[in-house]
Amino acid sequence: MIAETGHYALILALAVAIVQTVLPLLGARLRDPQLAAVAAPAAQMQFVLVAIAFAALTIAYVTSDFSVENVWRNSHSAKPLLYKISGVWGNHEGSMVLWVLILALFGASVAAFGANLPRQLKANVLAVQGSIAAAFLLFIITESNPFTRLSPAPFDGEGLNPVLQDPALAFHPPFLYAGYVGFSMAFSFAVAALIDGRIDAAWARWVRPWTLAAWMCLTLGIAMGSWWAYYELGWGGFWFWDPVENASFMPWLAGTALLHSALVMEKRDALKVWTILLAIITFSLSLMGTFLVRSGVLTSVHAFAVDPARGIFILAIMGVFIGGALALFAWRAPLLGQGGLFAPISREGALVLNNLLLTTACAAVFVGTLYPLALEALTGDKISVGAPFFNLTFIPLIVPLLIAVPFGPLLAWKRGDLVAAAQRLMAAAAIAIGVAILLLALHQRGPWLAPIGIGLGLWLILGALSEIAYRVKRTGADSAEVWRRLRNLPRAAYGSALAHAGLGLTVIGIVATTAWRSEAIVALKPGDTAEIAGYELTFKGVAPNQGPNYRERIGIFAVARGGRAVTELLPSKREFTVEKSDTTEAGIHASWRGDLYAVLGDPLDGGAYSARLYFNPLVRLIWLGALVMFAGGAVSLSDRRLRVGAPMRGRTKAAPVAASK
Amino acid sequence: MARRKPLFALAFGLWILVLAAVPAGAVQPDEILADPSLEARARAISAGLRCLVCQNQSIDDSDAPLARDLRLLVRERLQQGDSDGEVVDFIVARYGEFVLLKPRFTWTTALLWFATPAVLAAALVLIWLAYRRRAGSAGLAPLSASEKRRLKRLLDES
Repeated sequence: MIAETGHYALILALAVAIVQTVLPLLGARLRDPQLAAVAAPAAQMQFVLVAIAFAALTIAYVTSDFSVENVWRNSHSAKPLLYKISGVWGNHEGSMVLWVLILALFGASVAAFGANLPRQLKANVLAVQGSIAAAFLLFIITESNPFTRLSPAPFDGEGLNPVLQDPALAFHPPFLYAGYVGFSMAFSFAVAALIDGRIDAAWARWVRPWTLAAWMCLTLGIAMGSWWAYYELGWGGFWFWDPVENASFMPWLAGTALLHSALVMEKRDALKVWTILLAIITFSLSLMGTFLVRSGVLTSVHAFAVDPARGIFILAIMGVFIGGALALFAWRAPLLGQGGLFAPISREGALVLNNLLLTTACAAVFVGTLYPLALEALTGDKISVGAPFFNLTFIPLIVPLLIAVPFGPLLAWKRGDLVAAAQRLMAAAAIAIGVAILLLALHQRGPWLAPIGIGLGLWLILGALSEIAYRVKRTGADSAEVWRRLRNLPRAAYGSALAHAGLGLTVIGIVATTAWRSEAIVALKPGDTAEIAGYELTFKGVAPNQGPNYRERIGIFAVARGGRAVTELLPSKREFTVEKSDTTEAGIHASWRGDLYAVLGDPLDGGAYSARLYFNPLVRLIWLGALVMFAGGAVSLSDRRLRVGAPMRGRTKAAPVAASK
Repeated sequence: MARRKPLFALAFGLWILVLAAVPAGAVQPDEILADPSLEARARAISAGLRCLVCQNQSIDDSDAPLARDLRLLVRERLQQGDSDGEVVDFIVARYGEFVLLKPRFTWTTALLWFATPAVLAAALVLIWLAYRRRAGSAGLAPLSASEKRRLKRLLDES
């Protein structure tokens, strides 16, 4: 009965979504405010209905109702509760329901918090949002119904792919989807603006918080996925340039560009046409990510999502929305007109450079990800495009961007002074270059560019600090005045400084661990000792253990450093009895210098075991940096100007942000 | 690595080597060659070869049995005195271009390699055109005769 309730709620939600699409658009066309006003309650109703469906599916999972086919396929009664719940979105059908749930949540939020939106804009936004929901609900109901029943009900389930039974991966999809789907807000606002044929700085003010929230979720989602790959896949890699990873990385790159171009639009009313296009592109890339992962067009480590028949449907959804939006763009964008003027050397100019490099980098990832698919479809030739290609195309675009980042916030709007900005960054540059030279001297045998990479990361962090320091200290102030200015600085300034510094942390983490990781591949008998990066690891043998739904062999390594015991590492091999597959659990000891990372291999002849030991210097900075970026977003989101919401239609100008001279 | 010396001249090529030449992986203790320089070459080659049954993982990273076979094959060829290029050619001859994680530059991959620079160039041109159009349209036109007269009048009045 619960499953049927969920199914029924989905069908009702589809009906409501259609109403939410058609009536407000009609209302806007006929200038009938009552029809347009249907949008808000419809959006909220749609959310309630999808939430009921999602709750029904969750209940079926928690109670292990194996008469529901989806539960039977992806769950097992012996699974821990957390993974019963995460199993809801650990499969195709359930994850699509989560997708629509988040979509509906964003729509309902606009309905609830968008009281100060112009009525027409609000109706159009919710109508577009409703049409996306309708398309995906139709897809779920016709092609991927999670509530299909089995008769007779099987005795127990088939279990969830063991590599997915992991805390980080339990929460990775919800964050990733919140990011993907969050960009639908930017898309809906863009399309609504095109339908209206009118757009102004206030529009950007409304769009920015939604985009920022989506960007934050996506940042965290990607970081979680990378963190998971690091400790779960058993060799300490954190990024594979796997198509599925790229699918989430492209919206992130485009979304980051969108955040910055929306800033120009909000503050200076410039880059309007481009911002609209970028909003469309960002969500299109999100849709493409969903398509790539959900259609099974890629066979990858994420291959649990394979079903080609469904691909056509999602492809059709993509075609309609992307094609429709781009056609509308081509037709209406010329109406939007131009905005404020600026010199090439200015805050706007810096943000244009940001957009140029980010979107080109995004294009590089796009080409590298899709080219093999296209080539195979057209000629049948199979090629691989892997890490070497992306490093060669992506990194040369990102390095100049990283160099430019600290300059941006120090340039004034309209017309900036590059020399003055450079003077304010002298200290940061001197320290970064000094450290790079020091590292170069310490690591004379290379890799030679690694110290430069570290210097670049430091440059970002110190540059962010310099900006804050300049803002509070300029025109000589005493300590009380500095303190007052520190408190009065808009939170958005702290937010962007934090986000840029977080990027620097991530860069340092990536460079350090890639360039200076050490490894030892050894065969150890109980009692043997291996040495790596100053640690001595003594192999004490292997102990069997029984988990809730797996058996494991735990390797016991006593770790000492300079004769003093440090810790014990317990890497294991888990054998999942129901799913009949194995996972490798690395043993990791984290310190401020880096991670000691041990992986237990297979038994060899004569009682020995193979083991792989790594020392990954500063590797945690990669994810710490992502957390700092997330925090930066959160601080910026809490800025009063965004919290209070967009200004009323009067288009009040924001108080100028300090940097103008 | 000496063979790659000329590449070091290119700053970014070097950058890539830094990133790509650091191996990590699923190599087993019994596979490692006694000669460290030979082993280092084997690792560098392995990092550029795809594990055919995995997704975008190199044979150096993969636990799959096929990856192990390929790693052993690479080492066997190296021990028989093949150069790095000969080893790669040998593997490509058997498994096709698909094993190369960095596709070779051929007419079918030209678009792949040129796409990014082309996008960058096109974007730069568009930005330049947009800037020129704006600078041109933004009141930089000289004052008309009537405007000049009006300006003169205003100035005279004050």
